[in-house]
Amino acid sequence: MRSTPFFLLSGLIAGPAVAGGTISVTVPQLGVAEYHKPYVAAWLEPAGGGAARTLFVWYDVKKAGNEPGTKWLSEMRAWWRKGGRGLAMPADGISGATRAPGTYTIPLPADLKPGAYVLNVEAARETGGRELVTTPLSIPVRFARAAGKTELGAVIASAK
Amino acid sequence: MTSIAARLLTAAALFSLPASAYAHRGWFLPSATVFSGTDSYVTVDAAISNDLFFADHQPMRLEQVRAWAPDGSEATIENGATGRYRSTFDLKLDKPGTWKIGTQSSNVSGTFKLNGEERRVGGRGMGGAPGGPGGPVGAQRPPAVAVADIPPDATDVKLTEAVMRNEIFVTAGAPTDRVFKPTGKGLELAPVTHPDELVAGETASFRFLVDGKPAAGVKVTVIPGGKRYRNGEDARDFATGPDGVVKLSLPAAGMYWVNASLTDDKPSAPRATQRRMGYTTTVEVLLP
Repeated sequence: MRSTPFFLLSGLIAGPAVAGGTISVTVPQLGVAEYHKPYVAAWLEPAGGGAARTLFVWYDVKKAGNEPGTKWLSEMRAWWRKGGRGLAMPADGISGATRAPGTYTIPLPADLKPGAYVLNVEAARETGGRELVTTPLSIPVRFARAAGKTELGAVIASAK
Repeated sequence: MTSIAARLLTAAALFSLPASAYAHRGWFLPSATVFSGTDSYVTVDAAISNDLFFADHQPMRLEQVRAWAPDGSEATIENGATGRYRSTFDLKLDKPGTWKIGTQSSNVSGTFKLNGEERRVGGRGMGGAPGGPGGPVGAQRPPAVAVADIPPDATDVKLTEAVMRNEIFVTAGAPTDRVFKPTGKGLELAPVTHPDELVAGETASFRFLVDGKPAAGVKVTVIPGGKRYRNGEDARDFATGPDGVVKLSLPAAGMYWVNASLTDDKPSAPRATQRRMGYTTTVEVLLP
């Protein structure tokens, strides 16, 4: 994915930081007549509360005109409320195009402070549904797994 | 007076235009309250009806509808149209933040006696044809007069000032609070919880001000939309505390009609002895 080099680079600069670790997100294959790739956003919230940090947001970056792709970002309503609305789009190293069904691995930012977080992944699909998957996540990363039922497949955090 | 009658009267006073209904609720229904992207449009239905939010009685007149941008400047509504049962208009949200759309009205009505006969002041039927219900068959009731036309020898002058607001709020991007700056006149909303950040299962706190100061004892009625698809009205009544704050529990997602009302004896209109204030808004509650 496009943002990978950015994260790798920042990881190198940060030196032997605690971070590293990845999350993987599965966009499920759906047997529906009209399929549009979902908008997906992932973010971390400190477990004790605090500002959310967006890890990535996949939306229709290229759609312009009267109804640009940004028009439907608020359909990911939890992400929008928790901080999406405060981000200017496109966001360097964060935003990218929507993804076809499959499993995607996203590196976590290298500068995450150790501690307890909640990982949130939210998907919203045109003519489809919306789903939010959450799982506790600790930094340094320990294995964690959650799964959606409709719009998202497995969400996995791992040290590598 | 029963509480229902009081509420209906309040709703009636919201619309001083003779053609508008009385004994019904005025409402704005925005297509959404939370917007992303740039230059989004909100489209709004505006009507007066009993059941929320079904346009089946009278349209709200658009002449008095105004809009304000997040910076407080006045904005222009577009594509206004008035149909048989509802009006509709658009507003382009070309600046980020919270926008306000609403109407405001004030009028004075009441009664006085002249030579022992009761006459009406203001309100409906003023300057219209005499007659109407209440008198014996065939009797003609004299028309209502304006406040300025109350004769000097009138007795038992009882005038009530009605000050009504109906406002909605929509937000493009992150919410702002500039449009909540109080004018210091009448009943106003100074939200603690931003009205465009309401989530099902949470409690919303709204502060109501009268003449710019927190007002205790304001009655707040909350009615969910979708009346046709349930049996009950499901209206719930709340009241503000000493700090002017009312806490509204919002169990389910959806659009809600919120109406606050208070009567006091501090009218600003000359000769009025009572002031009836109403504040109506429509809020959207989203799922978590």
